Formats: sequence, C-alpha cells, structure tokens
Amino acid sequence: MATLNVLILVCLGYVVLLFGVAFAADRMAAAGRGAWLRSPLIYTLSLSIYCTAWTFYGAVGNAARSGLEFVTIYLGPTLVMLSWWWGLRKLVRVGRTQRVTSIADLISSRYGKSNTLAICVTILAVLGGTPYIALQLQSITLSFSIFAEADPSGLYREGSSVFWVAAGLAVFAILFGTRNLDANERHHGVVTAIALESVVKLFALLAVGVFVVWGVAGGIGPMMDRIDASEIGQWNVDAGRWTTFIFLSAAAFICLPRMFQVMVVENADEGHLRTAAWAFPLYLLLMSLFVVPIAVVGLDLMPEGSNPDLFVLTVPLSQGNDWLAMLSFIGGFSSATSMVIVTAMALSTMVSNHLVMPIWLSTQEGAGSVSGDVRSVVLVARRVSIAVIMALGYYYYRLSGGGAALASIGLVAFAGISQILPALVGGLFWRGATRTGALVGLTVGFVLWIYTLLLPGMGGAIMPDSVLQNGLFGWAWLRPQALFGIEGMDPMVHSVMWSLALNTAAFCAASLLSFPSPLERLQGAQFVNVFDHSVSPAGWTGSVAQSEDLMIMTQRILGSGPAQEFFQTEAEAQGGRSSLPEPTPGFLERLERELSGSVGAATAHAMIGQIVGGSSVSVEDLLAVADESAELLEYSSQLEVKSAELSRTARQLREANTKLTQISEQKDSFLSQVSHELRTPMTSIRAFSEIMRDTDGLSADEQTRYAAIIHDEALRLTRLLDDLLDLSVLESGRVNLNMGGDTLSSILDRAVSSALAGSHPKLKVRRTRQSERIPLHTDLDRLGQVFINLISNAQKYCDADEPVLTISAHDVGGQVVIDFADNGSGIPADAQSLVFEKFARVGGDKAGGAGLGLAICREIMQRLGGEISYLPGQGGAAFRVRLPMAHRQAAQ
Amino acid sequence: MTAGEERKPQGVRPSLFLERQSYRRRRLMDAARLLPILGAALVAIPLLWPSPNTSDEGMPLSSAILYIFTCWALLIVISLIFGFAARRMTASDDSEAESDRWPH
Repeated sequence: MATLNVLILVCLGYVVLLFGVAFAADRMAAAGRGAWLRSPLIYTLSLSIYCTAWTFYGAVGNAARSGLEFVTIYLGPTLVMLSWWWGLRKLVRVGRTQRVTSIADLISSRYGKSNTLAICVTILAVLGGTPYIALQLQSITLSFSIFAEADPSGLYREGSSVFWVAAGLAVFAILFGTRNLDANERHHGVVTAIALESVVKLFALLAVGVFVVWGVAGGIGPMMDRIDASEIGQWNVDAGRWTTFIFLSAAAFICLPRMFQVMVVENADEGHLRTAAWAFPLYLLLMSLFVVPIAVVGLDLMPEGSNPDLFVLTVPLSQGNDWLAMLSFIGGFSSATSMVIVTAMALSTMVSNHLVMPIWLSTQEGAGSVSGDVRSVVLVARRVSIAVIMALGYYYYRLSGGGAALASIGLVAFAGISQILPALVGGLFWRGATRTGALVGLTVGFVLWIYTLLLPGMGGAIMPDSVLQNGLFGWAWLRPQALFGIEGMDPMVHSVMWSLALNTAAFCAASLLSFPSPLERLQGAQFVNVFDHSVSPAGWTGSVAQSEDLMIMTQRILGSGPAQEFFQTEAEAQGGRSSLPEPTPGFLERLERELSGSVGAATAHAMIGQIVGGSSVSVEDLLAVADESAELLEYSSQLEVKSAELSRTARQLREANTKLTQISEQKDSFLSQVSHELRTPMTSIRAFSEIMRDTDGLSADEQTRYAAIIHDEALRLTRLLDDLLDLSVLESGRVNLNMGGDTLSSILDRAVSSALAGSHPKLKVRRTRQSERIPLHTDLDRLGQVFINLISNAQKYCDADEPVLTISAHDVGGQVVIDFADNGSGIPADAQSLVFEKFARVGGDKAGGAGLGLAICREIMQRLGGEISYLPGQGGAAFRVRLPMAHRQAAQ
Repeated sequence: MTAGEERKPQGVRPSLFLERQSYRRRRLMDAARLLPILGAALVAIPLLWPSPNTSDEGMPLSSAILYIFTCWALLIVISLIFGFAARRMTASDDSEAESDRWPH
C-alpha cells in the first residue's frame, strides 16, 4: 500500500519532471531547434486542458449519478471544433492580427479598446474561475484523502492540506506562468509541459478503463450486459439538461480564459486548427470512452455511500492495484495542475493588464513615460494576482464546504464564463455591436448568474434560506431558482436560460439603441471583416521629438534589447540614417501591437496616446471604414453637383428661349413695319397710275402732276429700300469702312451744304469754327452721312418759328464730342429712349421719313468706334456724337 | 444597360462557372459548414428517446453508448477527411495558398 509520503514524493518528482520538460522546451525553442514544439499535435494536446480534474474524476461521478449526461460536456466542444472553419478560424485570426493577450483584451479591443469592458470581463473571469480553481483544490484534496485513509500513520488533516495544495499550486503557477513578460509570445515550455500532462491523464484514464473492462468485467460483451443491468442501465437524461449542457459546454469552450489562452494566444499557426478539428474531438472521445464502465463497475464493487467522484482511484485500490491507482492519481494531479497553471496565467495577465496597469498608469500621470520600470510592475502584478486568485479559490472552497459534487461546481463556472458569449460572438460577426451593448449585456448576465446560481450554490452563509424560498425582499417572482414565477425547472437550466437569454436580449437592444464611437466602429470593421482587412485601423500621428520618449517607454516594457532591436529594424525599414525611426502612423501602429502583446491593447493604446497625444482617428480613416456612409455621402454630393448643373442648364435654356422669343417678336414687328412702310407709297403709285390709265381726257398738266407724284413715291420707295439695305449691311457687320483723313470742320461744311440744299424755310446753322479744327481719321462718307441725317432731322422736325441748329465740338477726355442742338420743342421724354429704334418716328408721319435714319446713325457710329446719344435738357432736341480721339492721333 | 455591359471585352466579365478545382474547393467549404449542423442533428436525436419516467420500455444504456460513440467517431472521421482534403487543396494551389483568399 502506497503511503502518503510516497505519494507526495511522486507528486514532487512529477512536478520536477514538468519543470525539466518546460525548461528544455524553452531552451530548444530559443535555439531554434524545436520545430516540433510548434506542431499541430502539441497544439491539440494543449487544448486538452479543457479536461480538468473535474473531467478526470467528476465525469465518472456524474455518470454514476445520471448516466450519459456527462457526455454533454464533451459533445459541446466537439461541435465547436467541427465548426472551426467559420468560427474558431476567425477567432484565431483576429487574435493573431490584433496581438490579443486574453479574452478580456479581445473584448476590450473589439469595443473600441475600452478598459471598462476589459475590467468587467476580467472580474467575470476571475469570479467564474474561482469556483473552478476551488474544484481543482477539492479534487486533489479528495484524492489525497483516499490515500490518507489507507495510510496507517494518520498524519493527514484535510484543512491544512487544502491550504498547502493551494499554496503549492500558486508557487507552481507563478514559476511557470510569469517567466516571460510578453503574454502574446508563445510559452513553448508551458505548452509542452501541458501537452505532456495531457498524454499522462489520457493514458491514466485509458489504463483504468482497460483494467475495468478487461480486468474486472471480462471483456466488452459482459461489460455491456453489466451496464444494462446496473442502476443507471437505462437512458435517463432530462431533455432540457441535455440541450443546455451541450450548449453551455460549447460556449464555455470558447469563452474560458484558459481555453482562449491555449487556443488563440498560444496558437502558432492557423493551420493547426485543421488538425485539431478532428484530433481534439478524438481526444475527448477517448477521455469519455471508459467513463460509464468505470462508473458501473464502481457502483457494483464499492460499498454503498462511497463517493462516485473518486471511483477512478478507489476501484483500482479496492482491487489491490496500487500502481494503477498511483497512475490514476498522477493523471488527476496532472489535470488539476495544468488547468491551474494556464488559468492562473490567463487570469493574471488579464488582472495585471486591465486592473493594475491602468491604475498604475493613472498614478504616474504625465511622468508615466519616463520614470519607473514597467516590466517589474507588470511582473509583480502578475505574481500577486496569481496568489490572489488562488486565495479566492481557496476561500470559495472553504465557503462551499467542499461537499458539492464536482460536476456541479464546474457547471457553475461554465455558466458564469459563458456570459461573455453574446459580446464575443456579436463582436466577431456583427458590426453593429457596440460597447454599451456589450457592457449592458455582460452586466445583466453577470448579475443574474450570481443571483441565480453562484450565491445559492455557496450555501446559507451568503444567501439566507429565506431569500431562496421567498425571493429577495420577499418578492416571490424574484426567487433565485424560480425567476418570474417559472417553477419546477432544473436550477442549472433555469439559470443558464434566464441569464444568457436576458444577456443576449440586453446586448442586442443596447447595441441597437446606442451609437458607437469612431474607434469602436473601426475596430468592429476590423474584427468582422478580418479576412478582408489585414491592416490595423488606428492611425497614430506623431512628431520626431516623440520617438525618444517612445523608445524609453518601449524599453521599459519590452526590455532594452528587444526594444532597441525593434526600433533599429523600423529605422532601417524607413531607410533613415538615424537609429530612431520616424513616428509614422505605420510604425506607431506596429509599436502598439508589440506593446499590447505585453500589457494588453487598452493599456498599450493608452500609453502611446499619453506620449503621442491627439486623436488616433483621422477623418480619412473614418470615411474609409464607414464605407457605406462614405459611399452615400459621395453619391449624394454627386447628385447635388448634377442637380446644380441641371438647374444651371435649365436656366440657360430658359434665357435662350426668352431671347429667341424676343428676337422672333422683333423680326415679326420689323417685317410688319417694313410691309407697312412699303405699302403706303405703293398704294399712291397704284392709285395714280390707275387714274392715268383709266381716265380719258386728262390734261397734260394733270398728267405731269400725277406722274410727278408717282415718281416721288417711287423715289421714296427706293430710299426706303436703300436705307433698309444699308441698315442690314451695317447690322450684319459686313460693312467696309473707307478710311480717310480730314478735319471736322470740312466734313461739317459738306454735310451742312448737302443737307440744307433747296430747303424751305432755311434752317440757320450756328457753328464755332475755331473749335472745329480737329483732324479726324475715319470713314469720312459715313461720318458725313450721320451729320447729314442729324442736320436734316433738325430741319424737318424743328418746330420753332426761326429754327436754329447749334453745332459745337469739344475735346472731352480724349474723345471728340460734337453736339447738335436745335431750338425746337425737343423730343418728349417717353419717346427719347425710342428714337434710335427702327421705324421710330416722333411727331407722326409728316416728314415722310422711314424712321430708319437714327437707327442707321447708331449703327454707323458703333462701326466707327464711337456713339450717338440723345442729350436731354438742352431746350430743344439735342444729339451728341462721340468719336475716339485715337482717330485724330492716327491722322497726325 | 445590358447592352452596354455586353459590349465590354470578354476578359473583364467574371466567368459564370469556376474552374473545376475552385468548384471543388467551394463545395468542400460547404461541407465544412454543414458538418456542425449534421453533428448537432445527431446529438439531438437522443432527445427523442423514451424516458423511463414516461414509458416502461426505456432505452438500454448500452445502445445509447453505442449510438453516441458511433456518431462521434463518424463526425471525427468526416472532419479528418475534410482536414486532409483542405490541406491538399491548399498545397496544390500555391497562388491561392493563403487560406484567407478562400471564400468565407
């Protein structure tokens, strides 16, 4: 019979072996020789820390109590592994690209690097991990007690042994788990040791199973008969518990901090999942293969009332197979230690990164970048937190009295940690999931879990029976195991159902109602579309002066060697001559990833932010990520541009249309005026020619008179047509100017004499000759035509008794200005604007003009580079002709 | 609109059918997605078994063990086959060796 001392010696020897393996593996990895350390096999075996002492001992106990129900705990992870292609692969990819250190880090990183969320998840993980650690303590203590009962020396005392086991595990975890700082670095030593432990526990359980089936029962056939004949020989699993536990174990498999540690953080190659997808289910199958036979044989062989949780140990012992029992004990010990080491590593990383570091950083405000050694702070924080976590586990064990069945403690922990599931899955697959949603969902699930499961499980010391029976404050609908008055459910199913359902509902509702921050949206896009994006979103901007501060800070976190190497590599990559790289956004981003491997995403973000300062999100980033809104914006601005263009075109079209209409009206009125002007002389020509044709006996005198009228009218027609022709030539701009030089005085002389030839009564023209000695270079005939027109107009329309026309010439501002003013009554104000229009005649038809004269004058003056205008306020009608002086200059 | 698209050069249009290998790969992905559903269906079948509380003739535990472990082994074998097929696909096509190039 093995004594307790031998047992302790074996344990210590086993621990030393593990240390040796871990040390050797670390050495090999450092020397670059251990390619097999990164093999899929090691990865798969390390996943088997899922099977803790709970599995090792508790599964048999569970099977002895409720038959095949224990298998749910393995079927859940099997289903998760089978769906690795669209589930775990994404999780692992995200974890690797974001350099995530723990599940709290992942959740925090996804929801905008929120530390509040990280703290929540950390607290949840610690509280969920505590019962689990208590469970390991219990299993080791129980297995010790089995050997102690058989030990005649009787030195064993349960209370102190639990304490020493806890202390021993704490030291073990500290030595193993906090050897290197970078939590994101592969812990080859630890992982290899865990893989070894996995092999040991599988081998131990298989050995006991084989012994039971072939050694005790006598083969498979008799074993099956024995199973059917036993008290658990019929399928008797509650449907609700079956479904709930499969779901719960699947959820916990993803959310458990230690599973996350080995599955995501320690993952060396995504391709390992491919192997683990079938190898890990196979491992689980083998682990559970002999559970029912061991339970059935234990129920047969062991006396009434013995603890079924320990059948794995007690059955070989009762058969006198001490070495098998010892192997089995080592298997159980392996399960407990590997779980505790990894859990402690994972939890201490979370506690130090999300609780201790932020507090430490805030106390070092401002000076945080230059003083103190962050490395030692982090390491001390991790070690202390391992001790605290172990103490919590010990405390929980004492509180719960150590009497509860192993399996139910494990399930309590599962239910607690599964509260992360909605935030995790939502964060990976739903871009709309927000920080608020995750916080609210976690809080709701967490509170419900504590109220409906954790506290009732801890016994009367924490939650009085009155609350359990009558509900909080005596409200029946708040009874912890019958919320909202739904009674008769299994407490476990009840708690899981309510906590996860309300958690998910709160998560979705709060996500839908809240609005995420820019960083959250960036990270959300990164996580959900991790297979599309390979770049990190946060664009830091910094100045060169900050490189040194960054260097100092990085040295304190990574250590001076790795930090200098990192900065050197970056500087070389940037091609600069200095040893310090420019703080480009890309460099800062990589530095943040590097740092987050040690202290977590939120802390690394905060530390870089402290040095670099300023926002890490540029407008371009926002637009690039919020692509749907960017596209919408672009589309709408395009629409606006097009719409503005359209309205501009429409306005131009309207203007063009108005102009065309005006021109068309002008043409119509011009045509009607022309026809009217032509008809009047034509009518008189026709009338007189008919008289001369049809009337006999016209006197020669009459004939002469009529013929003269016809002749006059024909002349008038010709003049009109000439004017029209002239005007059309001028208006179309086809006129050829016949330039020549002369003085103004002689042009006026000719104009006056030709205009006044044979007129009655004679118009008196007043001129000041000395001011008219201005030489001009222009089309003399055309200018003369304008003058003649103006003079003959005065002669025709001046209604004074003694008509006088005053012609005066000035030199005004480089222009020759010639005024023609008569002493008549002038042009009425309302007609002044019309005189230059075609067919505009002031004062009726009496002068017989076609009304084209002034229109022609205006056109001519425009061609000559001058202008003609009516000059109001001169007593009579006055016109002003302006000519540019340049013509005089040219003439000189 | 369609007329304009038809006038595009042939090379620009994505071909309607994938190459044989890509086709096989996609169907492999489909299988990978279906596998957990098959697994869930298989482990849900015990819910239909008679419980001793409701009927006299219960399901013998040996049969239950046989069923569950057979299904389990079956799922593992399918997953194993898929794992190897995926590896071969990855190895045989270097241009798309990166698994993130695969449709997901």
